[in-house]
Amino acid sequence: MQDCVHLEYRVDGQNFVSAGSATESVKTFLKGMGVNPQDVRRVAIAMYEGEINMVIHANGGYAYADIYVDKCIITLVDTGKGIKDIDLALQPGYSTASDEVRALGFGAGMGLPNMKKYADECIIESEVGKGTKVTLVTRFD
Amino acid sequence: MTVNDLCGILSAQKVNIADGNRQITCGYAGDLLSFVMGRAPSDSAWFTVMTNVNVCAVATLADVSCVVICEGSQPMPGFKEKAAEQGINVILTDDDIYTAIKKAVNEGQI
Ligand SMILES: Nc1ncnc2c1ncn2[C@@H]1O[C@H](COP(=O)(O)OP(=O)(O)O)[C@@H](O)[C@H]1O
Ligand SMILES: [Mg+2]
Repeated sequence: MQDCVHLEYRVDGQNFVSAGSATESVKTFLKGMGVNPQDVRRVAIAMYEGEINMVIHANGGYAYADIYVDKCIITLVDTGKGIKDIDLALQPGYSTASDEVRALGFGAGMGLPNMKKYADECIIESEVGKGTKVTLVTRFD
Repeated sequence: MTVNDLCGILSAQKVNIADGNRQITCGYAGDLLSFVMGRAPSDSAWFTVMTNVNVCAVATLADVSCVVICEGSQPMPGFKEKAAEQGINVILTDDDIYTAIKKAVNEGQI
């Protein structure tokens, strides 16, 4: 058995039709590996929020999944505008999403809180004007 | 209760049925996708008025049994195709969310 499987996806900015497809692919892969449904769901929720954030707030980016027997590490990297105050961005309800995006059902300001809640580790690194990197570690039961 | 059962109870229209025999064990109502992602239980019926393609992605990832579009809200372009592609159950009722849930609880015992 392989020790680690590495998957890579390009995430298009502002494309709401393809948004979520990277996460769907990772979910299908984990399911196929036989990872228990609860853990698959946790990975999917956290990764989807990160993927959507790159679509909405960062004009796209890249999603990477490193899958091991006992854990999965999702890395979301973008070269978007960055997050000025991460503590503020983590507050439930805080959102800078536009009205247009809100009309689609996004912008509840629960994305980062969901990531914190569902991933075992959620590391956010960001620099204004440079971009954002989010690392999500989920350990399998 | 199955998806087909709920469809009958609500006199709903079948927008896309991938597995009408899938069991529904509970429900969730809401339109804000991050709330749905974080809170809708798997195998639930999700009651909403949202009809864009992102509803399909969220329904798949949250693994709900069925999306129940309420208020006769019409699917936006691309929605039906995406629902078919992802194999999710979607039904549409003219009832408002409260009325639809009341029927699902009273007649469907979820
Ligand atoms: N990848 C990113 N690039 C730039 N800003 C981001 C990114 N992710 C999150 N943010 C900022 O953090 C805020 C909170 O994010 P989140 O909790 O997901 O809420 P929402 O996406 O609903 O606005 C966003 O409104 C945005 O200002
Ligand atoms: Mg978000």
